[in-house]
Amino acid sequence: MKVLVALKRVVDPYVKIRVRDDGSGVETANVKMSTNPFDEIAIEEAVRLKEQGSATSTTVVAIGSEASQENLRAALALGIDNAVFVPNDAMLQPLAVARILQQIVVREAAQLVILGKQAIDDDNNQVGQMLAALLSWPQCTFASAVKIAEGGASLEVTREIDGGLEVLSATLPAVITTDLRLNTPRYASLPNIMRAKQKPLTTLTLEELAVDTQTAFEVLSVAAPKTRKAGVMVDSVDALLDKLKNEAKVIA
Amino acid sequence: MKVLVIAEHDNRELKTSTVAAIAAAQKLALPIEVLVAGYHCQTVVEKVRTLAAISRVIVADHDVYQDQLAENLALLLHSLSADYSHILAAASTFGKDVLPRLAGLLQVSMASDVMEIIDANTFIRPIYAGNALATVRMHDAIRLVTVRSSAFNTPITTHTELAELTVCDKRYALEKTKLVKRVESKSERPELGQAKVVISGGRGLQNKENFALIEQLADKLNAAVGASRAAVDAGFVPNDYQVGQTGKVVAPDLYIAIGISGAIQHLAGMKDSRVIVAINKDAEAPIFQIADYGLVGDLFKIIPELLTKLP
Repeated sequence: MKVLVALKRVVDPYVKIRVRDDGSGVETANVKMSTNPFDEIAIEEAVRLKEQGSATSTTVVAIGSEASQENLRAALALGIDNAVFVPNDAMLQPLAVARILQQIVVREAAQLVILGKQAIDDDNNQVGQMLAALLSWPQCTFASAVKIAEGGASLEVTREIDGGLEVLSATLPAVITTDLRLNTPRYASLPNIMRAKQKPLTTLTLEELAVDTQTAFEVLSVAAPKTRKAGVMVDSVDALLDKLKNEAKVIA
Repeated sequence: MKVLVIAEHDNRELKTSTVAAIAAAQKLALPIEVLVAGYHCQTVVEKVRTLAAISRVIVADHDVYQDQLAENLALLLHSLSADYSHILAAASTFGKDVLPRLAGLLQVSMASDVMEIIDANTFIRPIYAGNALATVRMHDAIRLVTVRSSAFNTPITTHTELAELTVCDKRYALEKTKLVKRVESKSERPELGQAKVVISGGRGLQNKENFALIEQLADKLNAAVGASRAAVDAGFVPNDYQVGQTGKVVAPDLYIAIGISGAIQHLAGMKDSRVIVAINKDAEAPIFQIADYGLVGDLFKIIPELLTKLP
């Protein structure tokens, strides 16, 4: 079974973002960038499936700036077999990303796609579901455990749902999106970082893929949210309880 | 044109998040219809019919819809979609599962987690875990939107005159997915995402045993328990407690952060809370910059005092 994962290069989750003054978006120049944390979980899961013998090969895809290749190399150092880079500097909407991935899934003959449930920049939480629909594949979103059945014809996925968990069984091929609890990504070892430099990283252009990336969705502006008013310091538990009770009225 | 709202339910009760989705739909000033797809879901249908905002309820009551799975609900919605200019659902794990799949089938874009409706095509939604707000415009003939429940909490009036009911006999079988089981978490405490009060602990608790102090305080206030990434990484609590950009994003009436310095990652997950209290021994901790009430001191003295003084 061939497993395909995708990654997005995003502003590092520990960086305080700054909205551009002209409202055109969030500043990403000269800002520390990282692989989207949910995608790191997808990468780890693919590597584990390979180690367990469920996956025969693993591929990682990135659609983005030239620098995304660094993130692809990092994924290769973690144990992914090969990488596909789709250069693109335009802002793509989830439907366009799903269309691109659909073409790559077909080219690579992947049978399992593992994606992060959302990217922590746009927070859309759409690509996996859209891709599953485009492929007419089942989807198992927000996965916290994945079990491939003997023989690899189906899988069982534990999903994080509001107020609990759900176990879904699905036929393969399928799309999984990862939630936080699925696994804890490993760190790459130095020898593996060196080895990753030899692994195949191929470039596929949007022209070669012949995908329509136009969508009828427009981001008009991006603004910073209202900032909170500065609060007050209290000097005792009694003072705190008094404030909560009589001023904020949040406790009885 | 008309708006279709997808009812979320368990065949017995309507989820309150659906009421929020209906409240959001009212902002569009168009006739609102609700789809109730389920099995033996009559009580849900009757409940929806009493809501004053609804002009029509469409019920698809078939065994195949019993478990509310995205695979066939998306197909059912696809078959009904031509009559609507908007399809709305709450941005719950249910809505987030079904609606993007429908968008894929329709080959249209979708707006997730909308907080404000400007007009029929223009919406405000949070990005970067709410650290920025994007105003987006949708040009597709049909607009698919999930809405953040906490942003649309106006109650819907009920009336005795029931909304029109239409029975839909379209039956899409589940061919590729099957529900094995659903396990509701049996915590005595409210769910982190829904709780009115959240008490979170951080690295300042020092170890797993001390974290019990946070739990005792939570029980006093009928609160949910959260934690910072640092507390999760240190193994004090499992990672479903994590509040922050990659964990849960919460917006309770009262959020009490104890022993949490306030890394950006954490602030992104709780800064929309109505009232924030910070308790930390370090007066310079960034958490104090966004707290409504700050108390500098030793949490091992403060929590026991709170436990004694709270009713």
